[in-house]
Amino acid sequence: MTHPQGGNAGPSLDSFEHVFDHGAMSSARSVAALDPGRSVVEQLRERVAAMERRPAGDPVATLPGLADLVPLQAGSTYAVDSASLALALAAGASRAGEWVGFAGCTDFGAEAAAELGIELSRTVLVPDPGEHWLEVTAALVDVLRVVVLRPPATVDERTAGILDSRLRTRSAVLVVHGQWPRVSARLSVEESVWTGPTSGAGELRERRARVAVHRGARPPQRADLAWPGVHRVDPGSEWQAREVREIRRA
Amino acid sequence: MRVMVVWCPDWSVVAALEAADRSLRSPAAVLSANVVEVCNGPARAEGVRRGQRRRDAQARCPELLLLPTNPDRDARAFEPVLAVVEDLRPGVAALRPGLLAVRAPGSWYGSETAAAATACQALVETGVWDVRVGIADDLFTAEQAARVAEVQAWTVVPPGESPAFLRGLPVHVLQDDGARGRELVGLLQRLGLRTLGDLADLPGDAVEHRLGAYGATVRRRARGEDPTLFAARTPPPELDAEVPFEPPLDSVEAITFSVRTTAERFVTQLAHHQLVATGVRVEAESDGVVCSSRSWLHPRHFSARDLVDRVHWQLQSAGSTSGVSGSLRGRKDAGVVRAPIDRVRFVPELVEPAAAHGEALWGSASHDLVERGVARVQGMVGFDAVRRPVLQGGRSPSARQALVPWGDRAVDLRPADRPWPGRVPGPAPVRVFAPPRAAEVVDDGGRPVRVTDRGVVSGEPRHFRVAGPTGDLPWQPVTAWAGPWPTDEGWWSGGAGPTARFQVVGADGRAWLLLRAPDGWSLEAGYD
Repeated sequence: MTHPQGGNAGPSLDSFEHVFDHGAMSSARSVAALDPGRSVVEQLRERVAAMERRPAGDPVATLPGLADLVPLQAGSTYAVDSASLALALAAGASRAGEWVGFAGCTDFGAEAAAELGIELSRTVLVPDPGEHWLEVTAALVDVLRVVVLRPPATVDERTAGILDSRLRTRSAVLVVHGQWPRVSARLSVEESVWTGPTSGAGELRERRARVAVHRGARPPQRADLAWPGVHRVDPGSEWQAREVREIRRA
Repeated sequence: MRVMVVWCPDWSVVAALEAADRSLRSPAAVLSANVVEVCNGPARAEGVRRGQRRRDAQARCPELLLLPTNPDRDARAFEPVLAVVEDLRPGVAALRPGLLAVRAPGSWYGSETAAAATACQALVETGVWDVRVGIADDLFTAEQAARVAEVQAWTVVPPGESPAFLRGLPVHVLQDDGARGRELVGLLQRLGLRTLGDLADLPGDAVEHRLGAYGATVRRRARGEDPTLFAARTPPPELDAEVPFEPPLDSVEAITFSVRTTAERFVTQLAHHQLVATGVRVEAESDGVVCSSRSWLHPRHFSARDLVDRVHWQLQSAGSTSGVSGSLRGRKDAGVVRAPIDRVRFVPELVEPAAAHGEALWGSASHDLVERGVARVQGMVGFDAVRRPVLQGGRSPSARQALVPWGDRAVDLRPADRPWPGRVPGPAPVRVFAPPRAAEVVDDGGRPVRVTDRGVVSGEPRHFRVAGPTGDLPWQPVTAWAGPWPTDEGWWSGGAGPTARFQVVGADGRAWLLLRAPDGWSLEAGYD
């Protein structure tokens, strides 16, 4: 069983699109034009990797606000500490037409997911997998592109290793809401501010959060994100300006 | 051509009483738009009439059973009657629920009287008590003949004597012909025409000029010149599929393996009629008794493999000792059914034209793959454990979503495009707790915050905490709050009482949706 979108399906689809651009049927399958803006060696390497059917490392669609912060890669595991970050990581792939799944998330907010662009008709929920959570996650990883997991118990290295190898062969992404032994990146919300409510008046309107991305031992990378919609905001200036404007309007 | 008409009077009432499991002797009426549409004999004896308003009917007969109108139910209940008559003589036409016509089966049963008696007896044996039969040269006369017959009796109008039979009938027999008929009856009575014979004696062109095309038709009928024929129905094809097991099987695995070819045959014979099934009832018989029956709906349509999966889930859950669907089952006891199964039957409940469910030209390979993977997960944790989220209307976050079992269809969803006044504005919460968790909210003095019936908050929320088995939030200060959004849902049927929702931002910058109900605070959702 291979992944529907996995392997070299991506490049060959691209080249099929080019068939109609150039009208050159014979060369279409083998040679898609190289992108002059990028390194030739790098692109050739990607192509070789795709031909070797090594799906791991394929980029997976990510929301624009997160694309330069955590570009998702197939076969990797990411840990988050907030449900809204988990939704945001799954939303990009779902918007791009992929299937996503949530295992162990008993408190899934369907409306918030839909607002973020997750297509609910392509979403699989296993709210309470119980003691079989590992098998369920592995089965979901087989057929879905992004799987969000909230592990019910602490996970040891060996268990994580089993899922890791499965992820690499299936070119899926695992987003863990909780603790996980080995991850490509760990996202955590460091500060969070809601604008809107005061003392009784108003309503929740916008949330700014400083998100830190830890990768191994490297110093964490930080970015300010705004909800709803998950978009990047410049730290400092605009944040302040907005609050001042709120006060004036009030 | 001789026509036999079988009439079951007040069929709507009979069908409704049968559906409601009530005695046929109690006075009852079927109402449509608050007006009596049909009533039965006991009700008529109390003075209830067609066209009466509900209040008038109840005033005449206080114990009158009021039943809703439902043409589908009537037609469904009439189907067995059609089948019985079809056994006697094919080519039955259902004129409307309660009335059917068939070519009179004369010579086979010896005489027409004998045929009518045979039909009556066959119907009474199936439990239809009030049945009357009329036989005549044409449809209209036969219907009128059935209407003058007694209960479980018949009227035979000899060949060529239709005009003589009709002449003596009063004009109000036309009342059963709908609104046009009732209008014409009123007009004829005011003109002093009492019987159909009076109308038949008038010159044809004058009737056509004064009474229009319908009046001319009635005149022709009254003269026994009715050309109306009926279109006999083709009996609907038998689409059920069943497989007997000899000897009976007692393991789910063996049963699912054995029903595979039957499931394929079921799907193929539907496809032969350009149909697909979107709802199927799976019945399993043990020792000749249906021991497990369940209707399954499919979001698209059933393939043979889907049917086999449904059989598996149904028998597995019926055989599980815990009996709680959706709970985790040990693998050891999963494969045993409660009693040996000797027959499995597939009954199509909803079929739709295959054209409405055609696949795209390029197929949907990835979708099929996902379906297969999800079916594997369902095999591990049970049918109900895999869900598909759908949105619906409502006021609380948990009411605005529904988690539908995978492979089932969402039914009874509240419409989401209504305003739903009282719902909390702003972005939707990321975490929705169902059921809500117990919480506490206090004001400056440490007193619990209350909301009066008029939506007044007793004090400003200062601290809150959430207590629960998982994810407890300790006491923390409120940095900002908004609300209340009061609602009083279901007050007409004993709802939860007046409630109010608050958006509360905690010390760590996370926001929560808290609900104040008469019995205390609870945490409904988190904006995380």
